[in-house]
Amino acid sequence: MYKIIRKEILNVDVELMEIEAPLVARNALPGNFLIIRVDEDGERIPLTIVEHDLKNVTIIYQKLGYSTKLLSQKEAGDSLFDVVGPLGQASHIRDVKRVLGIAGGVGAAPLYPQLKEYAKRGAKVDLIIGGRTKEHLILLDKYKEFCDTVYCATDDGSSGIKGFVTQVAEIVYQNYKYDLAIAIGPLIMMKNCVILNEKYDIETDVSLNPIMIDGTGMCGNCRVTINGETKFACVDGPDFPAKGIDFDELMARQKYYNHEEDHICKMKLSK
Amino acid sequence: MKRDRTVMPVQEADVRSTNFLEVALGYSLDDAVLEASRCLDCKIPRCVAACPVNIDIPLFIRELKGKDVESAYFTINKANILPAICGRVCPQEKQCEGACIVGIKAKPVSIGALERFVGDYALENKLSSDEIIIENNKKVAIVGSGPAGLACAVSLRRLGYTVDIFEALHEFGGVLKYGIPEFRLPKNVVDEEINKARKLGVNFHKNVIIGKSITIDQLLHEENYKAIFLGSGAGLPSALGLAGENLTGIYYANEFLTRVNLMKANSFPNTPTPVRIGSNVAVIGGGNVAMDAARTAKRLGAKNVFILYRRDMDSLPARLEEVHHAIEEGITFNLLYNPVEFKGRDYKVNRVKCEIMELGEMDDSGRRRPMPTGKYKTFNITSSIISIGQSPNPILKKATPELVVDNRGRIVVDHHQTSIDGVFAGGDVVSGAATVILAMGAGKEAAVAMNEYIESLEID
Ligand SMILES: Cc1cc2nc3c(=O)[nH]c(=O)nc-3n(C[C@H](O)[C@H](O)[C@H](O)COP(=O)(O)OP(=O)(O)OC[C@H]3O[C@@H](n4cnc5c(N)ncnc54)[C@H](O)[C@@H]3O)c2cc1C
Ligand code: FES
Repeated sequence: MYKIIRKEILNVDVELMEIEAPLVARNALPGNFLIIRVDEDGERIPLTIVEHDLKNVTIIYQKLGYSTKLLSQKEAGDSLFDVVGPLGQASHIRDVKRVLGIAGGVGAAPLYPQLKEYAKRGAKVDLIIGGRTKEHLILLDKYKEFCDTVYCATDDGSSGIKGFVTQVAEIVYQNYKYDLAIAIGPLIMMKNCVILNEKYDIETDVSLNPIMIDGTGMCGNCRVTINGETKFACVDGPDFPAKGIDFDELMARQKYYNHEEDHICKMKLSK
Repeated sequence: MKRDRTVMPVQEADVRSTNFLEVALGYSLDDAVLEASRCLDCKIPRCVAACPVNIDIPLFIRELKGKDVESAYFTINKANILPAICGRVCPQEKQCEGACIVGIKAKPVSIGALERFVGDYALENKLSSDEIIIENNKKVAIVGSGPAGLACAVSLRRLGYTVDIFEALHEFGGVLKYGIPEFRLPKNVVDEEINKARKLGVNFHKNVIIGKSITIDQLLHEENYKAIFLGSGAGLPSALGLAGENLTGIYYANEFLTRVNLMKANSFPNTPTPVRIGSNVAVIGGGNVAMDAARTAKRLGAKNVFILYRRDMDSLPARLEEVHHAIEEGITFNLLYNPVEFKGRDYKVNRVKCEIMELGEMDDSGRRRPMPTGKYKTFNITSSIISIGQSPNPILKKATPELVVDNRGRIVVDHHQTSIDGVFAGGDVVSGAATVILAMGAGKEAAVAMNEYIESLEID
């Protein structure tokens, strides 16, 4: 069992947990993720390792589907049934001078360790962060510790401009040039960022979150087509250079079980 | 031999194809004794030579004939620690039963069924030899809890080692848990066999991926393991490499079977992991994995489940019993079809196009080679399960560049010793996807080599 050391509510939809998992923490690097199971018959859910020390790992999750809602019912002092990791390739930190992070919603969590690593290595780092409302812009204070400029976008205009991160990017690109952008968020956001960045000739890295089971390259559920080649996001990624990713196929793959997800949520969570 | 083979009772095909309970129900003691009496007790028993771990088959059958099931168990157990499992899943027709003299004129003695009976009896009656283990306080690490890892662990434990098994998944047993379905190998049988190892004092650690959570180097140099056994199996699914292969509705067998076996998707929504295949399922391949996938699909309620196989019926590599059971359960065999393309709409598969093949000359495998004809046929499908093979998972190799593997990713060994001092390997990770009994045999032999290695360290 893996003990929950701390739990923090970041907003109505998003929470943070620090979990005791020394064997995950021991070799973890920025970009790695882990897989948890909440209880005995639980689903395996992949989550980015946002931070870690020698013993504990921090995860951030959105209460989106059945299993993350179940996770949210756990409190500090409770335990999770399974935690395994670190999984995936560590982020490939490139030798660049100016980096723009683009985060959408809970995508700000997986972006954080990477962007911080760039700052640590001396790159000048800016951030565009988007969310439904001001409340949904998570980790802002932590980002401000190392970002030169943080631009915000919200659906309702409660912080920054009212609109999408891509609209902000379009404005920012009029004045600044970046060697690299790292876009992490919903697939549709990443897709649109990539289209925009290609127009401005900015290379983009993304982090993919397809459905996974084992997370070790055994099942192939996490397949993604990149330049016509099949990659397994759990072992070849989850970070990839965005060029050539078939986002439309990936969106279809990600939605494959939406119907089942709705069904189980209605059946087991609506009381 | 006049008397016919004693038939093992099975669930009726139309009943069992709607449930996940075990198909073959096993012998009663009377059945077992009757079948045992068909053995000729040959002086030079060909069955023993044909058994990959050389179980003293005539002896255990003689003991069984005398209703001494307990002795029969200990006879088997000397060579095979997992009789309840091997009795169920070994390809007996290619091994012991294939060599049985009785088989020349009649059906061979049902050695597998007898082994299973003895194994089950031992589990039910909690038979175990009172082993006294003299601790030598030396640590060894086992990577993977499949049959290779389990066999190696038990053998080393018996020699007095402190044995730690590290398993990447959240359950132990390897393919026995996530691959082979419940209706063929009940998971409680696997758990009971694992419990026996636990009782011997083997330590089981789940959720530890060697090469990720902890590296081989860290095990050897920071955690002071004297030797390591790699039994990490062949878990990487082979791709067809066809256009449309990543459409939704196309599964690799590993995903499909893992969803059902390990994650219990057949109980959805009582368990949270779903699986969806629709009514028309094309299973591609002709081995055990394909049979398991097809029969599982049928049990999930798919109306029409068919095998697409590029050779003929005689060439199917699956266990004979599974092929028979699949036919009885209404699985259709579409032979001499080679898939060439998946087609779909809105990223959802709905057709598979196949080239029609014909049989050519014998190839290296002793089967007639399938030859393309240039003619095609397209099948309508709602999903497809690709079951054409597996190779070793590359995680260990990636994390351990000095570990030498061949061009198919299999670890290269010499007497179970890998290219790294103190690191041994066996099972599917060395042989490529093979069988439970071969993996077990390799694990056992590797234990001997590891013991010699560790003892040699002390002489220096
Ligand atoms: C669907 C299916 C049906 C089959 N049917 C039969 C049959 O009827 N008869 C038969 O004889 N054989 C059958 N086989 C083959 C048989 O199951 C295998 O040959 C056998 O299980 C191999 O044993 P193993 O111990 O080498 O590997 P596995 O059983 O594959 O076990 C390897 C274990 O190592 C773990 N692992 C991998 N990498 C790591 C790591 N880095 N760190 C920690 N743990 C790791 C894996 O999670 C796994 O649990 C079947 C296989 C499949 C897939
Ligand atoms: S999650 Fe199974 S292979 Fe990637």
